[in-house]
Amino acid sequence: MIFLNQIVQGVLLGGYYALIACSLSFLFGVMRIVNLAHGSLAVLAAFMLFVLADRAGLSPWLGLIFAVPAMALVGWLLQVAVLERSLRSGLLVPLLSTFGLAIVLDNLLFEQFGADTRSLSPYIGDLSFDSWSLTDDITVGRLDVLMLCVAVALLGGLNLFLARTRLGRAIRATAEDPEVVGLIGINAHRVYAVATAVAMALAAVAGAFLAMRTTFDPYSGGAQLIFAFETVVIGGFGSLWGTLAGGVVLGVAQNLGAFISPHLFLIAGHVVFLAALVARVWLSGRNLRWLRVRAA
Amino acid sequence: MTILSVEALDARHGLLQAVRGVSLALAEGETLALVGANGAGKTTLLRCIAGAHRATAGRVTFAGDDVTALPAHRRVQRGIALVPEGRRLFAGMTVADNLRAAAGRGRAGNWTLERVMATFPQLAPKLHARAGDLSGGQQQAVAIGRALMTNPRLLLLDEVSLGLSPVAVDAVYESLRALLGGGATVVLVEQDLARALRVADRVVCLLEGRVVYTGAARDTTREQVMAAYFGLREGRA
Repeated sequence: MIFLNQIVQGVLLGGYYALIACSLSFLFGVMRIVNLAHGSLAVLAAFMLFVLADRAGLSPWLGLIFAVPAMALVGWLLQVAVLERSLRSGLLVPLLSTFGLAIVLDNLLFEQFGADTRSLSPYIGDLSFDSWSLTDDITVGRLDVLMLCVAVALLGGLNLFLARTRLGRAIRATAEDPEVVGLIGINAHRVYAVATAVAMALAAVAGAFLAMRTTFDPYSGGAQLIFAFETVVIGGFGSLWGTLAGGVVLGVAQNLGAFISPHLFLIAGHVVFLAALVARVWLSGRNLRWLRVRAA
Repeated sequence: MTILSVEALDARHGLLQAVRGVSLALAEGETLALVGANGAGKTTLLRCIAGAHRATAGRVTFAGDDVTALPAHRRVQRGIALVPEGRRLFAGMTVADNLRAAAGRGRAGNWTLERVMATFPQLAPKLHARAGDLSGGQQQAVAIGRALMTNPRLLLLDEVSLGLSPVAVDAVYESLRALLGGGATVVLVEQDLARALRVADRVVCLLEGRVVYTGAARDTTREQVMAAYFGLREGRA
């Protein structure tokens, strides 16, 4: 029964990972931009919500009404000021520029807010600790369930947006060939800016749940980035539902690792991530060989 | 009425000057074939007209307006569409999504998904297949259909027969015939000289980035173009 509980809690943890990986998966998988500042930007949104709650007494839910558009604007500026210039110089330059941005953001937040850890959990009432008992042995936190539901809703919504809407089609087409979209009347610069704005709006939601679930400080971004990245890689490049699966696999692996020995929580997650990475590289190598045979 | 005029256009790829002082004019409803050896500047010239390549000097005027400084997507809105060399489809998207991606982005007009299907009947059963999984001929039809979805006034076709089997080339041209005969304004790059002379009203031959021959297709013999193509003196018009 304890074993089953570990799996259930792992799935719920996976919901959280999928939630924080949503934005990264969209930007990395769909637009092919590696955003190393993702964790720091989520923490920036968390601080926005904290200030709104602490100074203005606004609940984090209402705070999101301001934080989501504010972060979308940040995304737009990020694209125009940083990513667009660096994308022109190849795939590796955005990696460096977003890494630099992460350092700048972390330290600006540190200068402004100091090293204190903070949390949004005092501002969400019972939700931070309330739970439902499924059986005598299995209890699920309401916030955890909510996060899993939000992750499913966001990923599903993103999928629908990309598949069904005019803008979604423009985003997919631009990701495939930014030059050719110009020839069918799509302004690729604008599409990139909109996509980054969408990704940052998602990062705001990620930051909100990060801050409600646990504590954060100006340097929390890095750890969040690692889990989000592992989730995207396990789930598969460019697949949004894969991101949900990736989060669940990572969460369950970590919890089962911890079940064997508490030290294994992080290691089990990293091992699964590495195994998925190696398997993917190996499989894509095989696919490439197959393609070469077909081309010949 | 002149719809497109190119004046003293220069274009480079780094140090290489691909187009040197090219001037040409195109009347509405005319079909112009660009011929020339590999590297003669045909593709670069088309890309400059479409706005995908920035000209270093010269002017492109379309429907009376100077469009030289406009980016490609703004030229599409005015009615210039390029079917790029190598088709360049969005390989991971379905045929329908490839076509829909272009819908409503160019001029207002009557090209719809249904009309593209009627023009290229070979696409109808493939509507929901991934574009990358189609045969070369079908992919070319999608690429042309995608350009048509923007309701162009001027269609630029770059080597539509590249890499296709003779049967597939015939099928593509069969579908294009209604378009070419129906008063569309087209510039096409075609390696098959006999076919170029057959479908075009006028032929322009480029050699090392310069126009070395221009003449009405019906008055042009294969020998005249061949001479210009290889840079022999008597080919110059």
